[in-house]
Amino acid sequence: MARTATYQQAINEALAQEMERDETVVVMGEDVAGGLGTDGERDAWGGPLGITKGLYGKYGDRVMDTPISESAFIGAAVGAATAGLRPVAELMFIDFMGVCFDQIFNQAAKFRYMFGGKAETPVVIRTMYGAGLRAAAQHSQCLYPVFTHIPGLKVVTPATPYDAKGLLIQAIRDNDPVIFCEHKGLYTLEGDVPEEPYALPFGEANIVREGDDVSIVTLGRMVHVADEAASALANDGIECEIVDLRTTSPLDEDTVIETVENTGRLVVLDEAHPRCNMATDIAAMVCEKAFDSLKGPIKQVTAPHTPVPFSDTLEDLYIPDAAAVQKAVKAVMESSK
Amino acid sequence: MQLSRDELLKAYTTMRTIREFEERLHVEFATGEIPGFVHLYAGEEASGVGVCMHLDDRDRIASTHRGHGHCIAKGCDVDGMMAEIYGRKDGLCAGKGGSMHIADLDKGMMGANGIVGGGPPLICGAGLAAKQLGTGGVAIAFVGDGGSNQGTTFESLNLASVWNLPCIFVIENNGYAESTSSKWSIACDDAADRASGFNMPGVVIDGHDFFAVYEAAGEAIKRAREGGGPSLLECKLNRYYGHFEGDAQTYRGPDEVKKLRESRDCLAMFRERVTEAGLLDASDLDAIDSEAEAQIDGAVAKAKVAPPPTAADLLTDVYVSY
Ligand SMILES: Cc1ncc(C[n+]2csc(CCOP(=O)(O)OP(=O)(O)O)c2C)c(N)n1
Ligand SMILES: [Mg+2]
Repeated sequence: MARTATYQQAINEALAQEMERDETVVVMGEDVAGGLGTDGERDAWGGPLGITKGLYGKYGDRVMDTPISESAFIGAAVGAATAGLRPVAELMFIDFMGVCFDQIFNQAAKFRYMFGGKAETPVVIRTMYGAGLRAAAQHSQCLYPVFTHIPGLKVVTPATPYDAKGLLIQAIRDNDPVIFCEHKGLYTLEGDVPEEPYALPFGEANIVREGDDVSIVTLGRMVHVADEAASALANDGIECEIVDLRTTSPLDEDTVIETVENTGRLVVLDEAHPRCNMATDIAAMVCEKAFDSLKGPIKQVTAPHTPVPFSDTLEDLYIPDAAAVQKAVKAVMESSK
Repeated sequence: MQLSRDELLKAYTTMRTIREFEERLHVEFATGEIPGFVHLYAGEEASGVGVCMHLDDRDRIASTHRGHGHCIAKGCDVDGMMAEIYGRKDGLCAGKGGSMHIADLDKGMMGANGIVGGGPPLICGAGLAAKQLGTGGVAIAFVGDGGSNQGTTFESLNLASVWNLPCIFVIENNGYAESTSSKWSIACDDAADRASGFNMPGVVIDGHDFFAVYEAAGEAIKRAREGGGPSLLECKLNRYYGHFEGDAQTYRGPDEVKKLRESRDCLAMFRERVTEAGLLDASDLDAIDSEAEAQIDGAVAKAKVAPPPTAADLLTDVYVSY
């Protein structure tokens, strides 16, 4: 019988197995172990949600706590990656990219191309994103489209524990900088996760559910929202095909085009803000490359163009839900030939 | 610096109100009714109050994620704050900000901040505006020991110095950033040592002692108001609760907080000092204790039944909604 684990355990296990396999893999970030310099327990935290807990006990000084100096330590991870290490740096909340963005998009992302192919920067930046924890405007954003915009970065958004482990192992083995985006609403999600190490290739979307009526292309936590909507729609006789992009960069255009060719109808579901996000990107790509397969207009379901509100009432309204997806799917059905 | 009876009463009232606010939130958070992250300021009151006692509405402060105390010290409405923390429509930020983003610009409170190191650059701007507009105002950034290591903090210290701004950087060193000791994270002995590199005065203060903070802040603020430029104050103090509510705090030594509460409590120290000197009677202080408790009871009761925002509120306060 397959072993089950949570998304959080899957990430921890991927880190542990890669540290075991390759001693150039190091982990760094604020309180990734914790308790440094105190009278109490060392490895007291494992990050604010305990994701890296236990690694310090196994790998000691290869698990490095940092001062609150993101520009310096994210940059140090990037620099170390060009000089023989494979750092996995934790940028606690994706929102904090504002503090250290230069080191990511002007430095890490550019080296390989700008230096004429001579540089490799095998760094992983793990970071949590997404709304739903009442964490308000500066701790809840879905900023993966910003990274996706930048050539040279790879961007990963696992939706399941299985994918989290396999994609993180791939990220660590990859020779390009990878922004590994963990949805904080998924950490406790359980699923089948093989115990042995395995890598899932980037740029291969996953068909999570098959159906012939409408395609829903989505990613991250929204995969589960799509699935909930699809189950409800199946009761009304509408069969949805759900595509989980898994990585936004590289992007698996072929699978998206194939599903549109199959169903002729498309809903794109993205938790990010509505302008210049994955939904607009996918919609544009489909219009350009599979327009003739479309039986009607595409619908996008996204968060509104506002910062993430604090109040639980507002945040629940803010996050795209299954009802919104069902409505969009029905609208697409009605407006198509 | 001699404080009048009224000023002493005000100082104690403000510190006690903050303490009551935070102790009560600790209890209420445990019931699960309060959403999100809550970082409590209990134990650190003498710092926020000792500094803000010198300020008026011309003056601006920028706070941190641990912002409730600074808000109260700068005059934010306590009911409005509590309602905000409960995510209510009549909260200070209409329920849109929450604990980490309470602000009231009319009171010169530029916001708690979810980004460590977010405040100091803003404070350079507030100081610049005060200087250019000739308001006589000063601008104060509260920064944690952890936040003192952020690049934005260093850049702001330098900018404030080269622009000769009326800014004060108050580093509240409570010994920890999350679970990491400031003894480890700060490379020099005291964060205040860094001030000399930016050519400004740097002072280490016992942050449990209201009078010590009041005095040092008074000097720095006076100098800034008179065009003498920025200062750095490092208040050494302690937090009584975890980094955020829910933190198991296994990184702290056994009985650490218990001992601190017994020996270094800013409210107890204040009480002892003013009653021994015959400045205030114990009964004055007891009355304030009861009033603060009643005030916070009222604030919590109101917040609990206050209406949440409505669906329409989601799309307001932003220039465009798609
Ligand atoms: C840019 C940024 N990095 C990290 C964090 C996460 N974080 C929030 S509070 C905190 C510790 C802050 O420590 P300190 O400045 O000493 O303030 P204290 O909590 O002790 O009041 C950290 C790391 C953040 N909010 N923003
Ligand atoms: Mg601190």
